Amino acid sequence: MTQNRTLRLTVMSTVVTGALILAGCSSDSEQTIAESAPEKLEGTVSLWHFFSGREAEVVQSVIDDFEAANPDVTVEVNSGQDDDKLQKVISSGGNIDVGLSYSTAIVGKFCSTGAFVDLNPYIERDDVDMDDVLERTLDYTSYDGVQCTLPALTDTGALMYNKTIFDAAGITEPPKTLTELHDIGMELTTFNADGSIKQLGFNPLVGFYENSPSHFAAMTGASFLDEDGNPDFATDPAWSEVIEWQKAFVDEIGYDKLQRFTAGLGQEFSADNAFNVGKVVMNMDGEYRTAFLADQVPDLDYGVAPLPVVDDTPDLYGAGWLGGNVAGIAKGSDNKELAWALLKFMTTDTDAVVKMANGLKNIPTLHSALESPNLEVSDEYRVFLEAAQHEHSVTMPATADGAAYAESFADFWTTYQTGESADLEEGLTELDAQIADAFELAGQ
Amino acid sequence: MTSVIDRLGSPAATGLPGPPASPRIPRKRRRRIAAAAMVAPTVAGLLVFYAYPLVASIYYSFTSYDLFSPPRWVGLTNYEFLFTSDPRIGNAALNTLWFVVVLVPIKIVVALAIAGLLARRTRGSGFWRTVFYLPSLVPPVAGVVAFVFLFNPGSGPVNVVLGFFGIEGPLWFSDPALSKPSLVLLGIWMMGDLMVIMLAGLLDVPRELYEAASLDGANGWQQVRFVTLPTIQPILGFSVVTGVIAALQYFTEAAVASSVASGQASVGSGTASTLGYPGDSLLTYTQWLYARGFSNYQLGYASAMAVVLFVTASILLVVAMRRISAFQPEEVS
Repeated sequence: MTQNRTLRLTVMSTVVTGALILAGCSSDSEQTIAESAPEKLEGTVSLWHFFSGREAEVVQSVIDDFEAANPDVTVEVNSGQDDDKLQKVISSGGNIDVGLSYSTAIVGKFCSTGAFVDLNPYIERDDVDMDDVLERTLDYTSYDGVQCTLPALTDTGALMYNKTIFDAAGITEPPKTLTELHDIGMELTTFNADGSIKQLGFNPLVGFYENSPSHFAAMTGASFLDEDGNPDFATDPAWSEVIEWQKAFVDEIGYDKLQRFTAGLGQEFSADNAFNVGKVVMNMDGEYRTAFLADQVPDLDYGVAPLPVVDDTPDLYGAGWLGGNVAGIAKGSDNKELAWALLKFMTTDTDAVVKMANGLKNIPTLHSALESPNLEVSDEYRVFLEAAQHEHSVTMPATADGAAYAESFADFWTTYQTGESADLEEGLTELDAQIADAFELAGQ
Repeated sequence: MTSVIDRLGSPAATGLPGPPASPRIPRKRRRRIAAAAMVAPTVAGLLVFYAYPLVASIYYSFTSYDLFSPPRWVGLTNYEFLFTSDPRIGNAALNTLWFVVVLVPIKIVVALAIAGLLARRTRGSGFWRTVFYLPSLVPPVAGVVAFVFLFNPGSGPVNVVLGFFGIEGPLWFSDPALSKPSLVLLGIWMMGDLMVIMLAGLLDVPRELYEAASLDGANGWQQVRFVTLPTIQPILGFSVVTGVIAALQYFTEAAVASSVASGQASVGSGTASTLGYPGDSLLTYTQWLYARGFSNYQLGYASAMAVVLFVTASILLVVAMRRISAFQPEEVS
């Protein structure tokens, strides 16, 4: 009897304690949009982003401008937040007002589920000029008609080449086609006495630095998904073409040699990046590399040219890939109007966008910013600016399965280049089927 | 216990004036309330942080759940996809099984062997015990980064030294066939904590048993087989159980090695782009579970993976414990 009473008391106490713990874990808030924007902004708004060090200072300078324009507003900046962590806090309804993520892969899920609120009502109410936003960037910032994020600068790609080595070899023009890329790449590749690679003209390995499938897509115009949203890797012949070109390139040099050479190269974002030190002569890379080079090897004589393209498609020349930072208002935000004001300033104010682009050396996502006289444009940087505006530049479509389909494809291609699987067509067909199953599982 | 409390806690024992006795709440009940209140946080913690997640995982494994929307019941769909369609789970499971079958026994055998050497009380044994234990104090991430650079095929000192002897060093962490064995080398280097436990166990074996065995004519191996191993059987059991569980949850070392060896290590970028490098050889089950659950937001599917892992771990542990019990000394009547 006594034991039963103790048990009952323990159960009651446990329930109360557990309820307190769970109560501490839960929070939610709903806020409807006002008919008009508030005349005066006041209060505190939080911004979470992943930048750190010098780049965080650039973001802070824009925040300072926002606070100067709105003296009664305080922005609590949480910089250097790991992007994974940022996404988890937002998805769990944490009290973040504005979240700035570099991952476009989250857009499909965040838009379709409301983790980032739909910005369309705010955009329409405040009559934001969406024609000023680069049209292609809207592809990866919205999903199924829901514009839950806005682009906050974007990345694009081009071919960077070492002019000193080009001059020494008597090469006057960078390659414009895949055939030229192969030929010049092989010409500039040198070997040590033991047969190992000494210098590589171009590293064809998928997985090396920026050699991702989506970046190769810009060279071929290949599509990831068809019009119905189904995987297109087996059905779009452009993929087979570029994969076979790349595989033949790898085989010619030798996979093991390439792998050994690549493993000995410096980390991509370190000062001993292979392009910095001249071990790789030509690299696919993003516009941000210009800032790294200016900082790490200011004396390096390099040039930037559009990505080489498949031989018979000159209209693709000049295109790059597009994908960059996205910013949205988290569903857990307690002050969505203030969050929207900050988000709108950071993504649609021309001066703010130009300031961030100059500081971060990323591509502005507004036409007005691209045309601004205040945008600092070097000859090298101009190639990237043009690539970002090219009609054939590629973006990775948002899906409910995030970027899993692209990761599966990258995994397939990485394995294929080793020579383990022989039949490309069969492999791609199987891959499409697997991705279709994964889409179904994700509710695509 | 009651008598101790009575003796030490009663006003009569302490000589201090006690609180006025409540006429409504009897003393025994007050004690029960106090006991329940003290136990409650622990029980609540167990229920909320252990029992609830376990039950919830089983429930979520039958749903489509993405953290944002309410879970939607989908029956066995997640399990069907897991066993028939997931393109990478086969590799992830085999890699993890490899670590269970290879890494765990090797670590235990090496730790036991080194502990056996260090158990001898010779001059300088304290120094060597410190030397072998120190690596286990290195944070795993730092240890992996250091190892990947040491074994860098192009510029790492290991291959440079091999080169002096005319040997072309392998690709180590960049070769799908050698990436896992390379992590085994790391595991051996960092087995100090296991070695200390083994050492304690070996030092605890009564010397008389060895003397008796020696008088009975047992040779060295027989002494190990019939004296040492049965005596330290609980420690071996502990090592196997914790080792198998750790191997099934192998994550950090493999993820960091993939990231650094791929040349794309950077702070805050996550592991999605380097997952399993090279060639999925370091993709472990828990990495794939994490990627599915928290990068692709398929918590329902990740829960199904977790349930399968839980069941597999339980089976493996039962098998391992039965195997270990083979060393149990026979009962002497």
